[in-house]
Amino acid sequence: MEAKQTAPAQAAQAQDAWKQQLAAYGQKYGILIALVLICLVLAVVNEHFLSTRNILNVLRQTSINGILAIGMTFVILTRGIDLSVGSVVALAGIVAASLATTSSTAMVAGGPYPALLAIAIGLSVGMACGAVSGVVVARFAVPAFVATLGMLSAARGLTLLYGDGRPVPALTPEFRWIGTGEVFGIPMPVILFAVVFLVAWWVLNSTRFGRHVYAAGGNPHAAEVSGINVKRIRLMVYVISGALAGLAGMMLAARTGSALPQAGIAYELDAIAAVVIGGTSLAGGVGRVTGTVIGALLIGVVNNGLDLMGVESYYQQVIKGVLIVAAVMLDQARHRRE
Amino acid sequence: MPPPLLEVKEVTKSFGGVTALSDGRFKLERGTVHALCGGNGAGKSTFLSIVMGIQPRDSGSILRDGAEVTFRTPGQALAAGISIIEQELSPVPAMTVAENIYLGREPLAVFGRVDFRTMNANAQALLDELHFGIDARTVMMDLSVAELQLVEIAKALSYDAEIIIMDEPTSALGEAEADQLFAAIATLKAQGKGIVYVSHRLSEIFEIADSYTVFRDGAYVGSGAISDVTREALIQMIVGRPLTEEFVKENVPGTDQALSVRGLNSLNHVKDVSFDVHRGEILAVFGLMGSGRSEIFERLFGLVEDMGGEIALDGKPIRVSSPAQAIDHGLAFVTEDRKGSGLVLSASVRANICMAQLAELGFGPVMSPQREGKAARDMIDKFRIKTATDLLDVAGLSGGNQQKVVLGKWFLTEPKVLLLDEPTRGVDVGAKREIYRVMSDFAAAGGAVVMVSSETDEVLGMADRAIVMRDGTISGELSRAELSADRLVHLAA
Repeated sequence: MEAKQTAPAQAAQAQDAWKQQLAAYGQKYGILIALVLICLVLAVVNEHFLSTRNILNVLRQTSINGILAIGMTFVILTRGIDLSVGSVVALAGIVAASLATTSSTAMVAGGPYPALLAIAIGLSVGMACGAVSGVVVARFAVPAFVATLGMLSAARGLTLLYGDGRPVPALTPEFRWIGTGEVFGIPMPVILFAVVFLVAWWVLNSTRFGRHVYAAGGNPHAAEVSGINVKRIRLMVYVISGALAGLAGMMLAARTGSALPQAGIAYELDAIAAVVIGGTSLAGGVGRVTGTVIGALLIGVVNNGLDLMGVESYYQQVIKGVLIVAAVMLDQARHRRE
Repeated sequence: MPPPLLEVKEVTKSFGGVTALSDGRFKLERGTVHALCGGNGAGKSTFLSIVMGIQPRDSGSILRDGAEVTFRTPGQALAAGISIIEQELSPVPAMTVAENIYLGREPLAVFGRVDFRTMNANAQALLDELHFGIDARTVMMDLSVAELQLVEIAKALSYDAEIIIMDEPTSALGEAEADQLFAAIATLKAQGKGIVYVSHRLSEIFEIADSYTVFRDGAYVGSGAISDVTREALIQMIVGRPLTEEFVKENVPGTDQALSVRGLNSLNHVKDVSFDVHRGEILAVFGLMGSGRSEIFERLFGLVEDMGGEIALDGKPIRVSSPAQAIDHGLAFVTEDRKGSGLVLSASVRANICMAQLAELGFGPVMSPQREGKAARDMIDKFRIKTATDLLDVAGLSGGNQQKVVLGKWFLTEPKVLLLDEPTRGVDVGAKREIYRVMSDFAAAGGAVVMVSSETDEVLGMADRAIVMRDGTISGELSRAELSADRLVHLAA
């Protein structure tokens, strides 16, 4: 009698365990699996999708959002948010461009300056914007949403003031190289994206600073008691986000050949979307930069695929919206199960 | 004889093949307080969630007033007169007491408008009947934790509950506040209600309970009248093996000064506090909530602004303006609120253990996973932390094991002085003893321990000396020979 009960029970148990295992893998690698599946479908549907040219194209188109999203990952890991990155893209872009233009009307006196100097200044502008947001958040305890909303407006205003509302055209070929150049056939934006990803991955996974970011986001009180300077960490993540926004802004200007004052509008939303799709929790302390990159690629591939299939861009926005919410619903389902 | 209010027979429950409850039995009589005892993982939570209809049972039966019942939702259990007061209360803080009591079933006037007059009057009548001394129009966030619990009790009674389950109700209360709760329990008992009382604090159980039931490893172990059982026998049933002593105390206080504090003031309610701790000594700090007992630690650890006072370690004056400095000087601080400020629950056991010592576990700014892993495993072995690997999330561990992770984090820093704030709160009897062992060994090896505790038993069992706090200042000091529960409570109140 007992044996009769246990045999099916064991079988049911084994099946349960197998199902749980599958579900666990599904959730852990869900986004990656989704990316691979979408790529497979697109490869079947459209012969051009898997061409080297198209793949490099997708990567190049993803690079700017990817770099912004990596910066955003640092911020969101500490329970923050950076709404200002789109405006910082424009400000850093136009300031750097004004140093690297051959147009006499838009040029800073004595220009054009060497590309490296322009890039250094552009990065500094991004870092300065991030530092201001960071100080307001960390030192004055203003909610990140509000502090960076302020920066979103202020940086856009500064962009318009700086360039008098006009674009800065005719950038030097040296400066344009970071947007249009190629190394061994790989576009520079893709190389920069890869470098930023590897460095960010290393920082978050292998350095003390990375440990501090996860601790300060997971539980700021416990981190503080453990001797971690939580305020400094909070400040630093906005500086990182600002610097990467500056880099992205210069890449954008370099690619198009001129810096536009309305560049980067709403870029913060795609960056946040990539982070969220990549599984980083808005509650802080949980997430990986690898997930963010996959999230950014997913958005890029979907946009590209819909382009190839000739789907109207309005539909693309709807699909992206569904994608974001579906990714978070999956994540919530996992948390409930735990 | 009438049938019992609630009788549970041989209830079982398993999750995905793992048995959480193999034999849940319980019998609650009218007008009694029945203690449900058991260590972490004994199956109490599963048992309660089945009784409350949160989870279905696999087999067994539940009888309410002798009639077989099955609850599929907490609402059905509530309708049958069974109510639970959770360990972590969840009031709506910006609403009044009356609004919280009648949440979701507000009395309505014309046009669906809430009839506040009736609601307030009903709530006030309920509170007065119980002698709670709470105004129904007070906003919840202005109440103390003890008062919040009293409101929960009133809410339960507003549903005509006959059975009230209280899960660790005193875990966030001081002694005086607990007395207020016990008075309320006595009132309920006199009204013929049945109370299921879950607590790790044995002295409370002996103070207020009439009967007990013990669970261990998911099964019923025994039950009976409290008057027929000794404390030792109850502990033995809970842990399943004889415990020679509840407390472990083998340290001998030395004469070398470890930590010396003179005229300490802080923004957070510490006024002119001076004391010394010697190497090898365990000093207890006793006091009610808000007496400044925990605030001393916050000041010593650099978490609040320095408002004057001198701190010396091993005879040398030190300055502490941040936790990092405190750690460098050799202080370690096990906070009262394990989940709030002790652990990063979203992180692994390893990350938590290494958190206060990261600078020593790498090369410059680069971490060494090998060193981190070894440090974590050393502490897991030292404190016998029950976890499959050091990479598991700390959230999945039991309360006792989580507390040991916190201890591991601080022992990794090789501290000279341990500041322990309620070190055994929410920890089962077995793990408690292990924590006492750790304290004793640390002091015996020449360390100094300062322990804040609101449990008089713990102070009597572990302390070499005690200082008592009241209104931010020291109201008295007792040597081990002078220590008694009466004196402690007298000095604190």
